[in-house]
Amino acid sequence: MSTSVSTTYNYTVVRQFAVMTVVWGIVGMLVGVIIAAQLAFPALNFDLPWLSYGRLRPLHTNAVIFAFGGCALFATSYYAVQRTCQTRLFGGPLAAFTFWGWQLVIVAAAVSLPLGYTTSKEYAELEWPIDILITLVWVSYAIVFFGTLATRKVKHIYVANWFYGAFILTVALLHVVNSAAIPAGPMKSYSAFAGVQDAMVQWWYGHNAVGFFLTAGFLGMMYYYVPKQIGRPVYSYRLSIVHFWALIFTYMWAGPHHLHYTALPDWAQSIGMAFSLILLAPSWGGMINGIMTLSGAWHKLRDDPILRFMIVSLSFYGMSTFEGPMMSIKTVNALSHYTDWTIGHVHSGALGWVGLISMGSLYYLIPRLFGKEKMYSIRAIEVHFWVATIGIVLYAVSMWISGVTQGLMWRAVEPDGTLTYSFVESVKASYPYYYVRLIGGLLYFTGMLIMAWNVAKTIAGAQPVDAPVLAAEPAHA
Amino acid sequence: MDILYMLVPLSVVLVLAIVGVLAWSVWNGQFDDVEQEGERILEDDDSPERRPPQ
Repeated sequence: MSTSVSTTYNYTVVRQFAVMTVVWGIVGMLVGVIIAAQLAFPALNFDLPWLSYGRLRPLHTNAVIFAFGGCALFATSYYAVQRTCQTRLFGGPLAAFTFWGWQLVIVAAAVSLPLGYTTSKEYAELEWPIDILITLVWVSYAIVFFGTLATRKVKHIYVANWFYGAFILTVALLHVVNSAAIPAGPMKSYSAFAGVQDAMVQWWYGHNAVGFFLTAGFLGMMYYYVPKQIGRPVYSYRLSIVHFWALIFTYMWAGPHHLHYTALPDWAQSIGMAFSLILLAPSWGGMINGIMTLSGAWHKLRDDPILRFMIVSLSFYGMSTFEGPMMSIKTVNALSHYTDWTIGHVHSGALGWVGLISMGSLYYLIPRLFGKEKMYSIRAIEVHFWVATIGIVLYAVSMWISGVTQGLMWRAVEPDGTLTYSFVESVKASYPYYYVRLIGGLLYFTGMLIMAWNVAKTIAGAQPVDAPVLAAEPAHA
Repeated sequence: MDILYMLVPLSVVLVLAIVGVLAWSVWNGQFDDVEQEGERILEDDDSPERRPPQ
């Protein structure tokens, strides 16, 4: 490889986002533990509006998805796109603007949500001034990312960049359409849509946010960091290309499955169900492709806890992308809808897939960003892995049982047609599982604290060095 | 369901755009030698200890 050094990669912004991923992970998961405790012990609401479940729950979802997950996506995409394109990030100070702008969005969310400012749109609760800031940051992100792609020194665009790119573009579109609103004061607005129209737009946004923010983006992470950590190319590059195009061609219409048995027309619900079932194919293609990258090197799983994070993450991806289409089937949904089963499903995806792949990728990234050979403690990564995995299993299993219990109790009827159980009886039946869920969440949160300690120890006293951009090998250009 | 008059055309436009990008990537030769592309990211050594002196 040529060593003609002209410039360095922009590692500064990657470092900033990587460190903030850990910080916001702790904040978001702590709030998650608090609201899990509130469900088990309602007295913990303290009769204070700012600490009530209804206000903290959107704070939790925003913090883990957009702060923890968002920072992880920014960090890993900025790193992967520079390295695979062999060029410095495009746009100069724009990359720094995306960092500071995104942190401002997060802080604004953390202040405004407990104060009670909300659009009441799930996963899009932030009021219009914050929405405008999100749009500015996101457009800058797109300019930096696609500008880097456009100025690449390698002809081929690596598959991870396709996934990251689709995630950036789609999230921009979803955000702009769903957040369209008429302002009615500095922190108050009315949605541009009404009634069932609003519900349809909301879940068109909501599910595609799952599909592109929480899936496509993290698949980009998977396609770069899993092969890098293993030291082997992805199992089938051809399959990864099919995976990408199949996923983006079929994803857009799964949203109506969130509105089964509502005022949404029946045929629209069926379309949502049909597209959700179709999605099983590309999802499993990608999952198998990721796991099979280890083919012939399975022994590495025994010695390398970072790899274990990644492979178990893919297993959870496979599980939740099987569970999701099943839950979208109307007859299954009749049992699962509005129960804790949905919460279990979301968390096997969020803690298992999104969380573990982010943590694995960060364990790969952080030593490289701070000029260290490896993380401070490999043993701590190992402990983190087990604590987190046990936490996820406790969480998901308790919510499955609780959800099916609730579904069965709600639908049980006496021979004369009256309900067998009152609602509050199903709440009472859920309590044991709420305690187990709290323990699971606490374990996962503990894992995050271990990671934070390990990261702090790794970067303490480090002299961050930006790696030089090496000229591309002409043979491959 | 007036909203579908917006969402359906939006999807059609998106699909056409995706078809366009797919066509570009095929004709641009993005998929000419795909299996080798998987190897390339491994040739890029990003480990800190092997960095050339600054």
